[in-house]
Amino acid sequence: MTSRSRYLLGKIGIAVFGIFATLTLNFFLFRVLPGDAISSMARVPGGSVELKEALMRQFGLDKPLWGQYLDYLVQLAQGNLGVSYSSLRPVTDEVLRALGNTVPMTLLGILIAILVGVTSGIIAAWKHDTAIDNVISNIATVIYSAPTQWIAIMLVLAFASYLPVSGASDPFAFANDIWSILADRVKHMILPSLTLALATFGQYTLVTRSAVLATLGEDYVSAAKAQGYPVSRVLAYQALPNALVPIVTLIALSAGTVIGGSVVVETAFSWPGIGRAMYDAIVQRDYPMLQGALLVVTIVVILVNLLADLVNMKLDPRIVE
Amino acid sequence: MKLKAALTILGLFFLAALSGPLLGLDPGPIDVQHIFAAPSAQNWLGSDDAGRDVLIQLVIGALPSLVVGLSAAAVAILIGGTVGILAGYSRGWLDLVLLRIMDYFIVVPALPFAMVITAIWGPGLGHMIVVIGILLWSTTARVVRAQVKSGRERLYVQRARALGASHFHILTRHILPQVLPLIGTTGSLAVALAILTQAALEFFGLAGTGVLSWGTMIRFAFQRDAMLNDAWWVVIPPGLCICLVITACYWLAQSLEQKLNPRLHTTDLRIRSFALRASAEKP
Repeated sequence: MTSRSRYLLGKIGIAVFGIFATLTLNFFLFRVLPGDAISSMARVPGGSVELKEALMRQFGLDKPLWGQYLDYLVQLAQGNLGVSYSSLRPVTDEVLRALGNTVPMTLLGILIAILVGVTSGIIAAWKHDTAIDNVISNIATVIYSAPTQWIAIMLVLAFASYLPVSGASDPFAFANDIWSILADRVKHMILPSLTLALATFGQYTLVTRSAVLATLGEDYVSAAKAQGYPVSRVLAYQALPNALVPIVTLIALSAGTVIGGSVVVETAFSWPGIGRAMYDAIVQRDYPMLQGALLVVTIVVILVNLLADLVNMKLDPRIVE
Repeated sequence: MKLKAALTILGLFFLAALSGPLLGLDPGPIDVQHIFAAPSAQNWLGSDDAGRDVLIQLVIGALPSLVVGLSAAAVAILIGGTVGILAGYSRGWLDLVLLRIMDYFIVVPALPFAMVITAIWGPGLGHMIVVIGILLWSTTARVVRAQVKSGRERLYVQRARALGASHFHILTRHILPQVLPLIGTTGSLAVALAILTQAALEFFGLAGTGVLSWGTMIRFAFQRDAMLNDAWWVVIPPGLCICLVITACYWLAQSLEQKLNPRLHTTDLRIRSFALRASAEKP
């Protein structure tokens, strides 16, 4: 077996282990912690014993724990995440639909964040220990320190008269040609995505800065400079490519924070995505929904990290050694 | 410079946090005459949706925010430090297993997990401390593990082992002193993350009832339509306070790291030393 395929197998193995750990954790989290679903279901405050038993049977909560776990794994293998307590519809459908709303908003936000973060990080590194570097690093740190929900509220205060601040589309829109619908959606997406970008770009700035700074000290950079290449070329061809591995790794590692950020953003802007679904599920004590959403979110994050490992292998084949 | 600024900011906020209970501050009863009243000479930061003074609430709210941040970070460091030392010192299969668990917790989205656990377990500051602590320990563990792993191979540690020192002696006398300075850096980062996570959980209404902190102030401003009333004075101050405390934590971590880990400088030093050499040769 080559070191390359061994590296690949190892990374895939870790991802599979992570997903299985998530499944198990996700199951027991909802069983072991105190407070049982039926007695805290908002629909039946102090319901009769018969009603509780009927509900227990309906949702399969009367079986022993291991039986429930086995059921859960079997159902999961068939793509069944259970039925939402509050909407009585399959959780899989609800979660997937919510995910469909989350992905474009989050992607736009993260794209802006990476663009701004990496660019400002490169500039800060090139101008290191100057006023420009200080300004960039400190602004990045201060904005990164701000709570996401607060950034959202600030943007609402500033832009509420120009841009929509709630929902993913205008429920009263008349026009139904594809372009006005698209324009409406994009307009609704601006503030949530911008909030997410502001809340996350700081870490990319700081990591890009230190990663590029590290390569600037290398001999090949000095050599390129000595040959008289312009700054932009040295940065683009010598410094940045060699700094990419830590940057890609960090971007993947930040997937968890980004998802956390979009949960906050979606709650603040009533964006009908998976984060908003989690918040609603918490308020309504809709455990299957909560469980399903957490599971999907975690698996997405694990897969993003696996993807980053594969990208890094392409960027720097020596990594497999 | 950064270190001084960070320590000053943190010191001031600790004083403010302590002055809340010491001076017996009270935002006063509900006052319908002053709902969302603008800042004035009497109420420097105006009043909230119940007509109560925002500045006094801000001072009172400092304590829960700082206490939860510090305690959760302490829990995280305790777990992370123990696991990190255990993994780095033991090596072999135990190290491998612990490393996988660390990696898992580094990757896992902390905020959604924290939301879910707090929601099931029941809201409350105590629960929040434990939940944030058990979700944020992995970074500390990784850093400590790396340090212990290299530390136990140092010559003086090997010499101590060869002379028959017990594991306990080596750990407490040789390994721990190498690890403790690191706790300062990862610790202040953990405090920052803990405060942010706490504020987010409070935004979701998971603080429990009757808690007045910066996080719940933001939640109430959001929920009770401070923005529709253009009452920026209700929402800007608590967010700014969180922002300042966390910036101070990051600066503290950065300056501690620069002091403790000068190797971070080596790379840019190379440019400078090269430049210096070049300019020295010129005349």
